Amino acid sequence: MADHQYDGPIEHVLRELAPQVLGAVARRFRDFSSAEDAVQEAMIAAFTQWPQEGVPENPRGWLIQVACRRMMDHVRSEIARRERETAVTSEAESLAPTLEIEADMDPDDTLILLFMCCHSALTPSSAIALTLRAVGGLTTAEIANAFLVPEATMAQRISRAKQTVKASGVPFRLPSPHERTERLPAVLRVLYLIFSEGYASSIGSHLQRLDLAREAIRLTRNTKTLLPDNDEVAGLLALMLLTDARRAARTGPAEELIPLDKQDRSLWDRAEISEGIELLTAALSKGSVGLYQLQAAIAAVHDEAERVEETDWPQIMALYELLKRVSPSPMVTLNHAIAAAMVHGPAKGLQLLQALDTDSRLAGHYRLDAVRAHLFEKIGDHEAAIKHYRIAATRTTSIPERNYLMTQAARLAGD
Amino acid sequence: MKYILMMTGKKSDFEGYARWSKEDFQANVAFMRAFSKELKESGVFVSTEGLGWPSEAKLVRAGKNGEPITDGVFPESKEFLAGYWIIDVESSEQAYKIAARASQAPGPGGKPANMPIEVRPVLSGHADLGL
Repeated sequence: MADHQYDGPIEHVLRELAPQVLGAVARRFRDFSSAEDAVQEAMIAAFTQWPQEGVPENPRGWLIQVACRRMMDHVRSEIARRERETAVTSEAESLAPTLEIEADMDPDDTLILLFMCCHSALTPSSAIALTLRAVGGLTTAEIANAFLVPEATMAQRISRAKQTVKASGVPFRLPSPHERTERLPAVLRVLYLIFSEGYASSIGSHLQRLDLAREAIRLTRNTKTLLPDNDEVAGLLALMLLTDARRAARTGPAEELIPLDKQDRSLWDRAEISEGIELLTAALSKGSVGLYQLQAAIAAVHDEAERVEETDWPQIMALYELLKRVSPSPMVTLNHAIAAAMVHGPAKGLQLLQALDTDSRLAGHYRLDAVRAHLFEKIGDHEAAIKHYRIAATRTTSIPERNYLMTQAARLAGD
Repeated sequence: MKYILMMTGKKSDFEGYARWSKEDFQANVAFMRAFSKELKESGVFVSTEGLGWPSEAKLVRAGKNGEPITDGVFPESKEFLAGYWIIDVESSEQAYKIAARASQAPGPGGKPANMPIEVRPVLSGHADLGL
């Protein structure tokens, strides 16, 4: 990449085209796994050639052509290998793709890929990696860099994920409406995990790292174009935008974490907030209430308060009560307790937290202690607050979180 | 040549650290950030990681059937790794100099803590420990 001015646009062109190209090639050769490798090679070829030679007039056709050539090389070497063992004839003929392949572009291809990559047989980390590569059009190096693992590790993870997809025998076609409803939650979960990973690690000067939160927003936006009538997709996109809007305010000059109630709200991204609220309003007006829409609604109530004192806590508490019914989880109970504490006082919050002491899913999780510490502080029991801040600090797996919690304990101990 | 600089401490050291004042703690964090930045800017930085608290540490052995048997009980005198840096430098002297700089990280009262940093060469060749 000698010429920097091409960096952005070429990356964008490639990322948009990748799933279309992969869809066309996988459909033609009926081999997702090899097609995925071939498309990746074509992308890398484009990365090295386009900056020098310029973006071809028909970039999609160019990529398909290069990927097909790679596929043919692969098929030929497979046949040659088999011919050495048995005599295979005319297979090469029947497999030779005509370059008309370009014509059969299908907008559903991206959707098929998305469902394939978020297959329930895959672990979340495998599904994330495969989705970013096959649907997101990212290179293995970029994905490895985003997750701070060596490239060879990520390559292996992706290759194993593809083997799992292959072994599951899922055909390259759009799932039936019934299957789609059943499998969409897994797809949305993977997209949300990509976003969360990006949001949690967006602290610090990782300018060299790919922005996973932005990438997740882009993928979810594309998914919304493919499934325009699905309110949960809209809800998820709204949730991402309404959360991402606070990005600039959530860390201080020394990259320390700044909690929601201490953030400089003038730094919030108004454009993202309005887009999120618009999406959410449209989805809610249709009367459906899903997991992501509710979370987006909660984010929206926070975002709409110009000052922290103006936060509509009764509304947030009511939304968490709904969420507890729609999608109960200890994390929801925890957040509900925080909202209840804001409405009815910290004692009420502490009382609600007791229900979580026996929940093994949250046992030893730092968030429970962090919230308890915060509520004990509000009630004026500094000794208990310090104790729980310190326990939380020893349990969190994030250094900025640990620094934040230790600072809270130290602040109270110094008073 | 690569060297690893290891920051270690006993459980009591960690507990002490958790009781530092807010100012001391923040000064230490600021120092560590500046130190990492220095390493990067001088072209010697390879990697760095901070580790979880000793209370989260487990000692694992394989049981009869190969299943993990975990133990969280450690002698009070055990040194726990708190974090490390790997640097790529010209000489051991340069590594020691950098380690001494890390050792000066401010402690209580803002004075250099002079904590010990264990420095060891990282072997070249293959990373799979195929010794």
